[in-house]
Amino acid sequence: MFARGLKRKSSEDAEDADGGVAGLPAAPSYTLQRQSLLDMSLVKLQLCHMLVEPNLCRSVLIANTVRQIQEEMTQDGTWRVVAPQAAGRAPLDRLVSTEILCRSGREQEGEGDCPLPDPAPGQAPRRPQSSPWGLDGSREGRGGFQKSLDHIFETLENKTPGSVEELFSDVDSSYYDLDAVLTGMVGGAPTGPGLPAFAPTAAAPPSSTCRSDLGELEHTVEILVET
Amino acid sequence: MALNQASQLYSGSDRLGPWCSPTGSPAPLSCETGCGEGSWILVCRLLVPTQVSLLSMEEDIDTRKINNSFLRDHSYATEADIISTVEFNHTGELLATGDKGGRVVIFQREQESKNQVHRRGEYNVYSTFQSHEPEFDYLKSLEIEEKINKIRWLPQQNAAYFLLSTNDKTVKLWKVSERDKRPEGYNLKDEEGRLRDPATITTLRVPVLRPMDLMVEATPRRVFANAHTYHINSISVNSDYETYMSADDLRINLWNFEITNQSFNIVDIKPANMEELTEVITAAEFHPHHCNTFVYSSSKGTIRLCDMRASALCDRHTKFFEEPEDPSNRSFFSEIISSISDVKFSHSGRYIMTRDYLTVKVWDLNMENRPIETYQVHDYLRSKLCSLYENDCIFDKFECVWNGSDSVIMTGSYNNFFRMFDRNTKRDVTLEASRENSKPRAILKPRKVCVGGKRRKDEISVDSLDFSKKILHTAWHPSENIIAVAATNNLYIFQDKVN
Repeated sequence: MFARGLKRKSSEDAEDADGGVAGLPAAPSYTLQRQSLLDMSLVKLQLCHMLVEPNLCRSVLIANTVRQIQEEMTQDGTWRVVAPQAAGRAPLDRLVSTEILCRSGREQEGEGDCPLPDPAPGQAPRRPQSSPWGLDGSREGRGGFQKSLDHIFETLENKTPGSVEELFSDVDSSYYDLDAVLTGMVGGAPTGPGLPAFAPTAAAPPSSTCRSDLGELEHTVEILVET
Repeated sequence: MALNQASQLYSGSDRLGPWCSPTGSPAPLSCETGCGEGSWILVCRLLVPTQVSLLSMEEDIDTRKINNSFLRDHSYATEADIISTVEFNHTGELLATGDKGGRVVIFQREQESKNQVHRRGEYNVYSTFQSHEPEFDYLKSLEIEEKINKIRWLPQQNAAYFLLSTNDKTVKLWKVSERDKRPEGYNLKDEEGRLRDPATITTLRVPVLRPMDLMVEATPRRVFANAHTYHINSISVNSDYETYMSADDLRINLWNFEITNQSFNIVDIKPANMEELTEVITAAEFHPHHCNTFVYSSSKGTIRLCDMRASALCDRHTKFFEEPEDPSNRSFFSEIISSISDVKFSHSGRYIMTRDYLTVKVWDLNMENRPIETYQVHDYLRSKLCSLYENDCIFDKFECVWNGSDSVIMTGSYNNFFRMFDRNTKRDVTLEASRENSKPRAILKPRKVCVGGKRRKDEISVDSLDFSKKILHTAWHPSENIIAVAATNNLYIFQDKVN
């Protein structure tokens, strides 16, 4: 296990380190797969909110998948802290892994090292200070994300008034509340491209949204939990 | 044009039905044939009509000219025409479909006649009516879809037919009856229906019934509303013919046909704290013979059998069916693909069949720990689960059906494929319901999906499958080898060819 506060290295180094630690999945692509699946699932859950009448069965299944990933990641202790210099590469991990994820298993093994392309210049700017993966202490960072996820589920159940549309509750789930929240999010957001870029793309197919900047996703989570 | 006239137009045409019986004698099909020994032929392809009318096969030009004015071509189909449920009645004489636009279309089997023996087995439009309209829930600011989720027939007890149709929130009981006589000679009304001045009436007469053109009318007899917070996924008529149940994601209600303002809640799995919700009800059905017994399936791949005599609220199951998970196949998608999309009792009442994403399973009611039979519907999708999760296809809800003798089971797949499994011979077949590949009178060719390696000539590779063409709804005639397969807005009727 890595000591807390250890900077995350580039994927090549991480892979070597992984190989040396017992109990962790050998191929880094598994971790990327899992993370990408998590991102995709979170996006799907949020898309649920946009639907007129979300399909409860689908939402429950996706939420269960998210919980499952979260549990496994907690057990693995793979809540890694992303160092600032590596932060710029994190979104690319997502980009790559989404493609890998949807390829067949055989191809993935062939990929082996899962090479990362260089950061694209067109990448949306990061927001390190607001991201749980950012410069904060490792403990806060890891706990923060965990807390965010739990909070998503809580907010989904309409515990706080005016929060994002609940997922499972049969109490008044007004579509207009969702609009208000989104608008509020846009208005209240600190300067940055995060949400305004996100909201229109929410209607886009999940695959393209998965490819959106990690920062946008985390930023959205931040806003959802009203930190 | 009146519905009955169009009916006559259709049956009066010279279009030759694709009926393959060479001798023209009534097909003595028995359910014992199974799926392996017979061959399946296309009887007719029906488009659910917007206006009245019926459609012919494209091959016959005469009728095409006639029908062009009011038929809807396959290519112009709107989303409202997508068929969302298919159900034969208890004799198989009638076949009902519901669509996304809230309409119900009932087809009737062509009667045997000396003149046109070869036409027997075809289904023609019998009645069309708008069952549900779109609604708006003002409290929640949400639209309530008019899509018909399920249709269930009541057993026939008099000359009229009764069926239940439901959308997400409201169940309706419809009466479909024929009228071929009309009373004439009222005393208080004249021939146009206007009231007569009583002072002018000097004699009394008894009104007589005179024949008229056959008219089929559908009237809503009961509306069962406001009992479901969540979306209704199943309805099931009880064998006592007095009650029925409706199931939504979290609750099951028991109704009496005569009482619309009250229902009994018999299952409630809503947790006190919605945060703890991890499982929903996906389907439910009454036992075909025991009116106290029903089953419901869940999104976690479990089936619970409940006995209503045990308690008023059947929160504790009598039996619990679950197959232990296969650790070698474990993935993040395991739970999703184990979610049961349909559950059906066998006609005998001894077995239940469940459909999850990749398999169909047959369970013996006396054995809870595992199914007695498992059939792979499209296992080649197992390596594609991530893509199917991404495009949401993994959440598609396929239905499954038994044949009349419980010897063959059928379910749908993608690319307009549907599969049949013979439980006795253990043979299975994949067939396709599509315009291009179905010529009238021709025998359906079995299809095969090539998984890897070299693709043979008639095979189709997994990557070429069209996932937008899914067969979710099928139905099997209660006593004969006639099946109805819904492919988007097309209804295909196939029959087992007589040998």
